[in-house]
Amino acid sequence: MDTRDKESLVNTRRGLLKCMAWAGTGIVWGVVGGVPKGVPISMGLGGTALAATSAFTFVQISDSHIGFKADANPDPNATLKDALDKAVALKPAMMIHTGDVTHLSKPEQFDTADQIIKGAKLDTHFVPGEHDVIGDDGKMYFERFGGKGAAPGGWYSFDQGGVHFVALMNVIGFGPSTGATLGKDQIEWLEKDLEGKSASTPIVVLAHIPLWSIYPQWGWVTADADQAFAHLKRFGSVTVLNGHIHQVVQKVEGKVTFQTAMSTAFPQPAAGTAPSPGPMKVPADKLKSVLGIREIAFMAAAAPKLTDQTLA
Amino acid sequence: MHAIKRRALLLAAAAMLLFGIGAYAGAAAPDAVSIANFAFSPTPLTVAPGTKVTWSNNDEEPHTVTSADGGKMFKSPALDTDDKFSFTFAKSGTYKYFCSIHPRMVGTIIVK
Repeated sequence: MDTRDKESLVNTRRGLLKCMAWAGTGIVWGVVGGVPKGVPISMGLGGTALAATSAFTFVQISDSHIGFKADANPDPNATLKDALDKAVALKPAMMIHTGDVTHLSKPEQFDTADQIIKGAKLDTHFVPGEHDVIGDDGKMYFERFGGKGAAPGGWYSFDQGGVHFVALMNVIGFGPSTGATLGKDQIEWLEKDLEGKSASTPIVVLAHIPLWSIYPQWGWVTADADQAFAHLKRFGSVTVLNGHIHQVVQKVEGKVTFQTAMSTAFPQPAAGTAPSPGPMKVPADKLKSVLGIREIAFMAAAAPKLTDQTLA
Repeated sequence: MHAIKRRALLLAAAAMLLFGIGAYAGAAAPDAVSIANFAFSPTPLTVAPGTKVTWSNNDEEPHTVTSADGGKMFKSPALDTDDKFSFTFAKSGTYKYFCSIHPRMVGTIIVK
């Protein structure tokens, strides 16, 4: 489903969530229903041995904005804890945080976030959001949350559960009227990182700002993402997990599934439905229904099943 | 004829003076820039050399005020709601700036 179509279909928050639930179901059916479990012939795997059939699951949280204190959520610490409780209950192999850990890149905000997230005792991989790199190009962020063996620019990759994870960085180096880019160095690194990887290796790409054009007027776009996807097109399963826009928007393009995530702190308006993308205030008793986490479950070597759930 | 011309000139001069004062008094604070709905206003802002310009963030979203040279000339910290940032423009020139968190937000200070 194209994002533009969705925008025209959806003009209420409730409608959006309903639509998203439907979109999520679409993925499940595409994988579990459409592709016999453990026999991913549609992936063109040829003689590749089947991966273990046991599911590998992990959780995505995003946009915890620790330090935010405006009306849209006076207590983002509490909602982050709620999100982590939900995450732990799913017994995931690990967790990813797709950025905007803090609201203002302040040391005490990083410390609070670190303490709360460590409390979940989950192996956690992070990518930074633009709120995490204010004023120091991410120095404080990388000291605490930088990936193991990360390149000088902050990007890195790792393998877990038979999946190759690529954690990209698209929130540093903004200029006047110039927003998110990956940059030549990172795209070259990606090309080398993927070299020699079998096309049957499931790939998960992490980045804070969406890696496809959702709404450039609000900066919901990464200008040179297409160059990165040129290196990913030979893979049978590519899952792109982004944050930044505090709501679920999905696009499936060939073998690539793009999906943004809910925030654990506050919602933002759907593209173009407000004068600006600032925090959206909802009644206090509705807040948790627009915050959430995501479980990603890989069934054998197929595309994963993505399930979003709210905190309500 | 000569006298009429001189009177017309005087009138014009008086009008210019009045207009000038009027324009100055009309602007609430000619050295202030408001940040609201992800935009700087007014922009461009024209000030005299030596003016201290103050930005105020009226959004619930944090913003920065960062000179277009990547913050070499001036760079605010993250401005939370109601935070302010000031910079004194000593010399004449056209100074472009942006929000380093939301780079589509751009503004200009003209000093002359």
